[in-house]
Amino acid sequence: MSILLDRDSRVIVQGITGRMARFHTKDMIKYGTNVVGGVVPGKGGETVEGVPVFNTVKEAVAATGADASLVFVPPPFAADSIMEAADAGIRYCVCITDGIPAQDMIRVKRYMYRYPKEKRMLLTGPNCAGTISPGKALLGIMPGHIYLPGHVGIIGRSGTLGYEAAAQLKERGIGVSTSVGIGGDPINGSSFRDILERFEKDEDTHIIAMIGEIGGPQEAEAADHIRDHITKPVVAYVAGLTAPKGRTMGHAGAIISAFGESASEKVEILSAAGVTVAENPAVIGETIARAMEAAR
Amino acid sequence: MDIHEYQAKEILANFGVEVPSGALAYSPEQAAYRARELGGEKWIVKAQVHAGGRGKAGGVKLCDTENEIYEACDDMFGRNLVTHQTGPEGKGIYRVYVESTVQIGREIYLGFVMDRSSQRVMIVASSEGGMEIEEISAERPESIVRSIVEPAVGLQDFQAREIAFELGLEAGLVPHMVRTLQGCYAAFSDLDATMVEINPLVVTGDQRVVALDAKMSFDDNALFRHPQIAELRDKSQEDARESRAADRGLSYVGLDGNIGCIVNGAGLAMATMDTIKLAGGEPANFLDIGGGASPERVAKAFRLVLSDKNVQAILVNIFAGINRCDWVAEGVVQALRELEIDLPVVVRLAGTNVEEGQKILAKSGLPIIRATTLMEAAERAVGAWQNDLTQATRMRAVK
Repeated sequence: MSILLDRDSRVIVQGITGRMARFHTKDMIKYGTNVVGGVVPGKGGETVEGVPVFNTVKEAVAATGADASLVFVPPPFAADSIMEAADAGIRYCVCITDGIPAQDMIRVKRYMYRYPKEKRMLLTGPNCAGTISPGKALLGIMPGHIYLPGHVGIIGRSGTLGYEAAAQLKERGIGVSTSVGIGGDPINGSSFRDILERFEKDEDTHIIAMIGEIGGPQEAEAADHIRDHITKPVVAYVAGLTAPKGRTMGHAGAIISAFGESASEKVEILSAAGVTVAENPAVIGETIARAMEAAR
Repeated sequence: MDIHEYQAKEILANFGVEVPSGALAYSPEQAAYRARELGGEKWIVKAQVHAGGRGKAGGVKLCDTENEIYEACDDMFGRNLVTHQTGPEGKGIYRVYVESTVQIGREIYLGFVMDRSSQRVMIVASSEGGMEIEEISAERPESIVRSIVEPAVGLQDFQAREIAFELGLEAGLVPHMVRTLQGCYAAFSDLDATMVEINPLVVTGDQRVVALDAKMSFDDNALFRHPQIAELRDKSQEDARESRAADRGLSYVGLDGNIGCIVNGAGLAMATMDTIKLAGGEPANFLDIGGGASPERVAKAFRLVLSDKNVQAILVNIFAGINRCDWVAEGVVQALRELEIDLPVVVRLAGTNVEEGQKILAKSGLPIIRATTLMEAAERAVGAWQNDLTQATRMRAVK
């Protein structure tokens, strides 16, 4: 059993009739993900890629027993869709949408706290590539073939940089238990810390790799958590050593606006917490391989 | 998106925040005329640029006569104001704001920001107004008061009162301060701001709470629902290349180096810049062309990178996830042919169909330098740039 998602996870796609959503639904099904339906208000009764479309998430859950959702809804309506999933009893939601207003995400997070912890949906993203448990299921837009099944748990803010790391691992024959994209937005569903907790408890995961970047406090918060609560080895890379202060680097959340938010400060904070830091992106795979060797 | 001080003041005034009376001018004549309209005996003339630190840089002048206003403006208009926030080229002054002066009793710092730790809106206030918040937190951290707003119910009066009392305001001024804080929060949340900063917020001699300066930034992702805010965008305050890139859906940040970068994905783009630095070079830009990397986008990206005259070599780094390397390679070849680029170009492709992509690059007959790993790509780009430099030096020597 991997964290967040498995072969048995019953997945719905919100916004399934869009061009990108159709494409990725097909790709997820091909990978072996158990996609059981889609939701688009007003398009209930249609079929996309062989799965039924429902008007509401509630209907979809009632008809299919769905417990996971992928949100592909355009930015103005995405927050509403996430809250709809939370209310309908979805357990795990990945939001791919890039460009959701930050205050909408503040409201989403507040809304999710209406539910007691055992009934609360877990959200990763928005603005992420999704989550994959190689060989089992894919809930996102990443290319499945670059991941081997294995025991490295990956948590990353960036999509393509995560691919880069996975490819470096594959080249060395190293596999991944689950790779989780937490996204590049300033207000996100789950932090490094939230996912670290799950990897710590996961038997399939022997080592954890964090791929961070400039901006925000979440790498530093993770460092505190690792020092006190994580027993498994953790390797990290932080992108943006050459990024200037005060400028947004592509991701809405990648901006240095306070002390501790630059790449070098994050590297220092993580190293001090006992994390092995890869000095540059070309050696992420090598650093993980060495840490695995050392832990043996 | 940033807006000007006078625009922020107008917005905040509509939400009940008191501001001095003022008038906008586009020329020295207009400034002098509008000062007369405002009346009074003293005015302050403020250059309207999207940057802090205007006072120290000569962008704010206190004037006693219309003549002084004219001269102050004559000196400001058309020149670039260089402050510690603008970078060496500065920002152009095309508008000035003429304001009546107020008698300052004490100065307060007031800021509303998105706090990424609590993932809520946070109010930051200090009794040490006038200094910048960075200075305050370094020199007088104990003066800072913080309060986090619960998003479901918004800012409560008791929170505002607490802030007012902690700042040491007299009881009589507290209701005025509460109104100011509520006004700022309402503006922040109704208009999807990411920052409201009033520095200084002053208590006047006649016991009013007045915003002497105001800064607001807005969430670009929320501009779709605030057309009246989107209209306030002032391209004269933006880097020309960056706004052109933004208009074309590309995310670009100009830097000082000579190796141009074209990458898909923000994280990989930053990582590529870092690798160039590690290999002994300096990146000329950050550029994320997005996940798609279609031939049209690649061509646009080349044009953009080449518009920076400091660029002496180009590194293309594409990790083809969903799309295929052969398709990206076609785009690169097409762009190089169309644009007749004579700089060294290093291309690193990874991901789906990488072999086919490499073949297309090889078969094109173009002098593309190929690389398979990220490190190799960076080393080759830096090597090509240095080589080019050596050749250029040699050519100069021959001449």
